[in-house]
Amino acid sequence: MARSIGRRLLPLLFLAPMLLMIALAWVSPLVLTVYLGFTDLSIKNFLAFVKDFFTDKVSITLDNFRRIFYAEDPYVGETLRVTVLYVVSVLSINAIYALALSIAIAYFTKNELLSMILRVTWLLPRITPGIIYALMWIWFIDPKYGLLNEMLRLMGVPDSWLPDSWLLRKPYSQMLMIMINGYVGASFGMIVYTAAIKSIPPDLVNAALVDGASEFQVARRIIIPLLKWPILFVTAWQTLSLLSSYEYILMVWGAGSGQGYGIARSAGVMVWSLYSYTKAFAEHLYGYASALSLILVAIGLALIILYFKIFGFRRLMEPSRVEV
Amino acid sequence: MVRVTLDNVSKFFGKVKAVVDLNLEIRDGEFVALLGPSGCGKTTTLLMVAGIYKPTRGRILFDDEDVTDLPPKDRNIGMVFQSYALYPHMTVYDNIAFPLKLKKVPRQEIDRKVKEVAKLLQIDELLDRKPAQLSGGQRQRVALGRALVKEPDVLLLDEPLSNLDAKLRILMRAEIKRLQKELGITTIYVTHDQVEAMSMADKIAVMNKGRLQQYADPQTLYNKPANLFVAGFIGSPPMNLVEGNIVEENGTYYFVSSSFKYRLPSGVGELIASETSSVILGVRPEDIKIVLGDGDDNVISGTVYVVEPLGRDLLVNVKVGETLFKILAPADLKLEPGQSILLAPNEKRIHLFDRKTGRAVI
Ligand SMILES: Nc1ncnc2c1ncn2[C@@H]1O[C@H](COP(=O)(O)OP(=O)(O)OP(=O)(O)O)[C@@H](O)[C@H]1O
Ligand SMILES: [Mg+2]
Repeated sequence: MARSIGRRLLPLLFLAPMLLMIALAWVSPLVLTVYLGFTDLSIKNFLAFVKDFFTDKVSITLDNFRRIFYAEDPYVGETLRVTVLYVVSVLSINAIYALALSIAIAYFTKNELLSMILRVTWLLPRITPGIIYALMWIWFIDPKYGLLNEMLRLMGVPDSWLPDSWLLRKPYSQMLMIMINGYVGASFGMIVYTAAIKSIPPDLVNAALVDGASEFQVARRIIIPLLKWPILFVTAWQTLSLLSSYEYILMVWGAGSGQGYGIARSAGVMVWSLYSYTKAFAEHLYGYASALSLILVAIGLALIILYFKIFGFRRLMEPSRVEV
Repeated sequence: MVRVTLDNVSKFFGKVKAVVDLNLEIRDGEFVALLGPSGCGKTTTLLMVAGIYKPTRGRILFDDEDVTDLPPKDRNIGMVFQSYALYPHMTVYDNIAFPLKLKKVPRQEIDRKVKEVAKLLQIDELLDRKPAQLSGGQRQRVALGRALVKEPDVLLLDEPLSNLDAKLRILMRAEIKRLQKELGITTIYVTHDQVEAMSMADKIAVMNKGRLQQYADPQTLYNKPANLFVAGFIGSPPMNLVEGNIVEENGTYYFVSSSFKYRLPSGVGELIASETSSVILGVRPEDIKIVLGDGDDNVISGTVYVVEPLGRDLLVNVKVGETLFKILAPADLKLEPGQSILLAPNEKRIHLFDRKTGRAVI
């Protein structure tokens, strides 16, 4: 009897630290975000608010959402446009370009060593600490000392064509945003894809070759169709993580200074999650920032439910398995 | 249809020598079986003929054209893989149509040919299904259909029946043989099942450890095995093999082992003694007669060890000293374990192999 209780308790004991972490780092912020999103908490009423926390003295209001949805905040529209540009273009690098690259590396490159070198090249940004990766970009694009301008000059691009700042001048700034995030994000798709390509039975490829397919036709008619689920998985997963990610933009462009917008706004790289971050930590409008985040959370949850419907549990957990 | 020639072909994977100096000629329209134990290089050989692997050394010819460096798509080959390798994302119809689509055959003609092949193989009911929804036998026929639909010059079959149950296997064996004769396609058929090879092929190439052991028609292979490996591999139950020496006494030659002495037919002894004296004697189970009571003078005496009824015959295990003989006897023979009997090998059908080289001496 005692043993069987022990059996049931022991796993819980092992899981406890993890469950505690989840509660602290995930559930409680979520509850707070929902709560704060319906209040007008800011730096001005902060102390009073904390005293009345979770009592009915706090006025619950829909003001924040009115500001967002009725365009009372003039920047919401632009932020939305930048976010769509960000998610769609980085996603196409992460999901589609990474696919082409994986096929090139894992199928067309028959030399194992070369294939491995190429794979590591794309993994480098992922294993570099984020702040160093960001600093390397900042240095790379520096108009005075940067390698980029130096290279372009060597290739014969006249000085007058070069922008005074890659960081500020649109559309270069936005291209930069896409590249910085695309390069570091591509590795995720590539790991999933290369594993999936390697799991395709060689006989299938051989059969197609014997049937008269060229190497290119093998890629198009056998490999890509077989990667259907991995492709969907990477797309789904990356959409979620891109919607809520802003760390590289924050590290390169900064969140805010002065008026609280930094150069992210003028460079045209202010994505939704960074906007929420800015509202909270540069302008200290905590209620409004929570409301902004809440919209992202809602979209994310809706997507996750949709994905479960499409994939089923097993495919979401085993993305690299090719179904044969 | 073409003649396929392998001219001193070798394939090495790093240190692994999968195929070594293979010479083989398959005549136009011939059905040749590649027979050998697992890992002897059968699949590797097929993949070289198909153009998937490039030989490390040697040449492959189709008729008189050197195809060694030709990519698979330019060889017009149909192949059934060991795993069938059906495209899991395509229906049966699309699987069979795939080679034709790649050839840019007009749509109506594709449709006609796919249906024709499907009918021939009796899979016309299955055209809308995906491979995952098929049984092993059905998959095998789809794979065969995909290989046949392009009207290949050479058909390569890699153990196509190994995944089927015994009954279906015998059925499909006859089907494939009939089909091959009807279409007259030059065919290489890989198997490790000697019965399959013997019953289907015009000629059999026996391989072991990447090397060709013997290339002959089934009868020759059975009656005149070129070496110990072939002798032991072909035939079931296998040939009895006994180590011994050739000894001369008063002008007569005897085979002497640790447990018995057997007089060799005149002429044979001299012939062998001139080459070597340490040999291995081989006699097939059906080439030994069991003699009850007194018999001829040239017999070996032993005791019955175990009797295994096989239905049509009895498989009798007989102990002669330390040596165990397996003998096929008529089913109505009454034998008891422990019973003393005499064995009379058929003089004309004994085999002798050089113990050092393993090669057949007669
Ligand atoms: N791609 C490869 N890389 C390295 N070694 C290989 C490769 N393909 C085959 N081999 C080796 O070559 C030898 C012959 O293999 P092969 O597949 O031709 O055997 P097989 O006769 O078809 O055997 P089975 O009856 O089991 O299918 C084996 O030792 C195998 O391990
Ligand atoms: Mg094989």
